Amino acid sequence: MSVLLVADHDLGQLSPATARIVHAAAQLGPIDLLVIGENGDKIAEQAAKLAGVHKVLLAQELSFTDSDLALLETLAQRYQYVIQSAGSVGRDRIPALAARLDLMPVTDVIEILGPNRFVRPIYAGNALQTITDPQAKHILTIRASAFPAAKSDNTAPIETLGDTTASVARLIATHRTEGDTPDLATAQIVVGGGIALGSAENFQLVEKLAKKLGAAIGATRAAVDAGYAPNDWQVGQTGKIIAPDLYIAIGISGALQHLAGIQGAKRIVAINNDPEAPLVKLADAALIGDLFEIVPQLIDELDKAGVSR
Amino acid sequence: MKILVAIKRVVDHNVRIRVRPDGTGVETQGVRMSMNPFCKHAVEAAVQLGDAGHADEIVVVSVGPKAANDVILTALAMGAHRGILVETDAELETLAVAKLLAKIVAEENPDIVLLGKQAVDDDSNHVGQMLAALTGRPQATFASEIKVVGQGLEVTREIDTGRETIAIPLPAIVTADLRLNTPRNAALPMVMKARSKPLAVRPAAEFSVDLAPRLQVEKISPPAERVAGKTVGSVSDLAAFIAGEVSQMEAL
Repeated sequence: MSVLLVADHDLGQLSPATARIVHAAAQLGPIDLLVIGENGDKIAEQAAKLAGVHKVLLAQELSFTDSDLALLETLAQRYQYVIQSAGSVGRDRIPALAARLDLMPVTDVIEILGPNRFVRPIYAGNALQTITDPQAKHILTIRASAFPAAKSDNTAPIETLGDTTASVARLIATHRTEGDTPDLATAQIVVGGGIALGSAENFQLVEKLAKKLGAAIGATRAAVDAGYAPNDWQVGQTGKIIAPDLYIAIGISGALQHLAGIQGAKRIVAINNDPEAPLVKLADAALIGDLFEIVPQLIDELDKAGVSR
Repeated sequence: MKILVAIKRVVDHNVRIRVRPDGTGVETQGVRMSMNPFCKHAVEAAVQLGDAGHADEIVVVSVGPKAANDVILTALAMGAHRGILVETDAELETLAVAKLLAKIVAEENPDIVLLGKQAVDDDSNHVGQMLAALTGRPQATFASEIKVVGQGLEVTREIDTGRETIAIPLPAIVTADLRLNTPRNAALPMVMKARSKPLAVRPAAEFSVDLAPRLQVEKISPPAERVAGKTVGSVSDLAAFIAGEVSQMEAL
């Protein structure tokens, strides 16, 4: 059984999610890891180090939905599995690829039970579906947050693919969120803020605590809708799914769709003035009170205790 | 231009769902149903494009049981002109839904097809992309802004690294994200008027599409329960808890 796995990358670097997908997919068979990107040499070198990778395929072309699909459709003929992470690129490409191949994909896989048995969440994670896929070929997206990362101790060969395809789409602009915080989907600690922060200015309190802990920053849909935080910080059913060792939720009551995004968190800390908030009920440590008093004091206390990452 | 909007009837997103104890699925009997929230954004986008003079006709289509007429009426009350129900009582997989919609696209030949990016019941996020693949039309998924520019669209998409704006030619498929717009609540006169708009009901069987499921769902189970919440009494206690967790992480 052979696996074609499509790598995620950003700004010329392999995304941390890819190592996790490689780890997950390694149990299905030897992996050919496909890197699609202009000037992708450095990404391919990083990809070649991941344990479980048989070889790296490098397609030196701009990644666009339609041109990627043309490439994947051709390559897919030789593999039993085509897999990508359930990030925004995989979610965009994989269902379209499946339809082109007349296959039903299995997406957002959080557990691999066997060569063709998978578990995926439905209803915002409030139910889990166990699926057997009897099709000849399996087209999957896998949630990076549900798996550990593969080691980087390999030296797989890199093969460059010829013949590129042009896209009918054109990229006009990118609007990136500036900052140097860790990747939300794979971070060890996440500090999240809700609508109770009250303004974009106040949201900096969340950012300050995150910085202190070397944590990624998350936000609820309401906080993003209100303009306190950029869209790529949104955690939940329709935003990012996180599974940190520690999630610190500040002023977040815990709407169903937010809880969907944090179910993989090992420990949850809640700071909230409402003792009845759903997130307080889930927390391993909740402190009830005014977040504007508590968070600055907490930062001081962590300073005193010498906690810094 | 003509716009086709595909919508789905789902368990209302405010309902706390219950997994049937026998593992056969999620209880939908006697549960409040409504239009999938993302589909509402897609309908609103179509109506706004119409208001801006970019659409002469907005057609809504839903694939589902007779009761899905409700959500079609909602869309008609929001401002769509005509509805099509592709009627089936079977729970179809996304690939089958996309194939049925491809048949409707072939009949209607719309310039833009709008869909919600995902349905909040199965959380698949497939159908728009599959429809694009089956019809050979370009796709712009997870849209937070749609502009008609010349003979094409400029669509801003919400992606993992922020947002990006792409240009695609028409005809095209666009899927709606939540920040695309604020869906309107139809006023009562519009709701009354919706009942007189054309609504064609057509059995799914007449499209000669293979609707048999490809995947076998073994069971539906509830997620593991988290232990009940614990509170701490002071900021110092909270700091100590966090310091303890952080030191354990560093030990790994």
